[in-house]
Amino acid sequence: MLTNINIIFKKELKSYFNTPMAYIFLVVFAIVTGYFFTNTFFLFNQSNMRALFNIVPLVYLFFIPAITMGLIAREKNIGTMEVISTLPIKDVEFVVGKFLSALSLIALGLAFTLIHFFTLMNVGTNIDYGAVFTGYLGLLMLGAVYASVGTFASSVTDNQVIAFIISVFIVLVFFLMDKMLHFMPVSIAGLIQYISVDYHLSNISRGVIDSRNIIYFASLIGLFLFTTVRVLEIRKWR
Amino acid sequence: MIQVKNLSKNYGDVKAVKSINFEINDGEIVGFLGANGAGKSTTLKMITGYLTPTDGDVIVNGLDIQEHQLEVQKQIGYLPELNPLYGEMKVYDLLEFTANIRGIKGKKFREALVRVLEQCSLKGVIHKQISDCSKGYKQRIGLACAMIHDPKILILDEPVTGLDPNQIVEIRELIKSLGKEKLVLMSSHILQEIQLTVDRIIIINNGEIVADGTNEELMAGFMGNTQLSVELKNCTNEGIDELVATIPGLTLNSVDQKNGSHFASFEYAKDEDPRESLFNHAVKSNWVITEMTSHTAGLESIFRTLTMEEK
Repeated sequence: MLTNINIIFKKELKSYFNTPMAYIFLVVFAIVTGYFFTNTFFLFNQSNMRALFNIVPLVYLFFIPAITMGLIAREKNIGTMEVISTLPIKDVEFVVGKFLSALSLIALGLAFTLIHFFTLMNVGTNIDYGAVFTGYLGLLMLGAVYASVGTFASSVTDNQVIAFIISVFIVLVFFLMDKMLHFMPVSIAGLIQYISVDYHLSNISRGVIDSRNIIYFASLIGLFLFTTVRVLEIRKWR
Repeated sequence: MIQVKNLSKNYGDVKAVKSINFEINDGEIVGFLGANGAGKSTTLKMITGYLTPTDGDVIVNGLDIQEHQLEVQKQIGYLPELNPLYGEMKVYDLLEFTANIRGIKGKKFREALVRVLEQCSLKGVIHKQISDCSKGYKQRIGLACAMIHDPKILILDEPVTGLDPNQIVEIRELIKSLGKEKLVLMSSHILQEIQLTVDRIIIINNGEIVADGTNEELMAGFMGNTQLSVELKNCTNEGIDELVATIPGLTLNSVDQKNGSHFASFEYAKDEDPRESLFNHAVKSNWVITEMTSHTAGLESIFRTLTMEEK
């Protein structure tokens, strides 16, 4: 099980770096987040990375669907899905391997933003290292949720553009839920707030690692990956 | 050994494969023949586990594919139609990836690599990117991937499409040599290719098997009549009518007159060879036979008869 996941993972990561995909993502991600962070960093004159942690979820909205859109849709499109399906490998191994490769690329992108942390260490005072750590943890978890959404969207179509649009849409719904609370009837506002990602992310970013938030993220990832595996299974029955 | 029992596949309302049955033993090379859309690829996809049958079973070496899919897939090497490959990968990387998923690593992989590079003559392109390879090479890369684990069963969907004549001969020789110990099931719509490569032919039409047998069996069973064309001098139309009347089993298809010669085309049943009596009759009537050719029906006409009549 783990070996097969690892083989798929390595192959996928290699293909990110064999195409311009990974380089473009990493460079543009670093530039965009860097611009928004440093722009306000010296203005606010605060020793924290709040600005970065606020901007990254926004950047995610379009970047993660872009790196995940090809994961499965492309295999379907060029027909290699048939080769993979007839190799002795389970659908779940295939899906998890793909998901992890996208997650690693996101983690690498996040690692590049650590440069801002080093800046902070040099110029800042009274840095709350705990909050920085949990902030990054939250961003990684959020990235993982979005990557699982992207993997799912990529499995329902063989067209990468459609996969991109579907995952942007789903990701936006999760992102906006919290911001729409004012327009919701009070009776369901609590529920909506509980399923919005922002609510759980802000808890983590504040420096509180609560198992409820971790379970929330983990179950979303599990749900989307499970659905992806199911979607792949349905194909055989069509 | 592959056993296919009452296998059916529906795509919505369309019945692509209708309850087909056949058995293939080890060491047999079987050609799967059919027009486009006849259900060849669908059947192969069900045997390899890519599609789940609507009804019926595929049993490979005693294992039912639906219950033991991974076990069965370990024993099968499959080259899909159109041979999809990851263009951005290097040839070596793709072979390594395929081998690793099949559990072949380290020293075993190096041995397997040497073997498939030799068999598919791929040495020259091993470090090339796949998208830069020619179509012939791509086809052989796909074949190499299907053979990397030295499978007992090889299923090849249109393996020679896009190859030049020399490469076709190479692949044919390769398939023949593999077929000595392995079970090879290949589909094709190139009839000559099938005829030259395989031991047994299964013809499928509209999702049903319409013929199953060796090349000779098909010839004997489906086209009993042989065509005979004769060119005669000093002959008359009435004379030909008389000839047909005197020789039993001979029927006239057409007669044509050109430059003082008669070109007649006859048809006769296989066991009633009329050529000798025709010659004697011609001598008696003072005709000169300038040409006499007989042709047995080829696989092509069998194929046409079998796949056209249902329409």
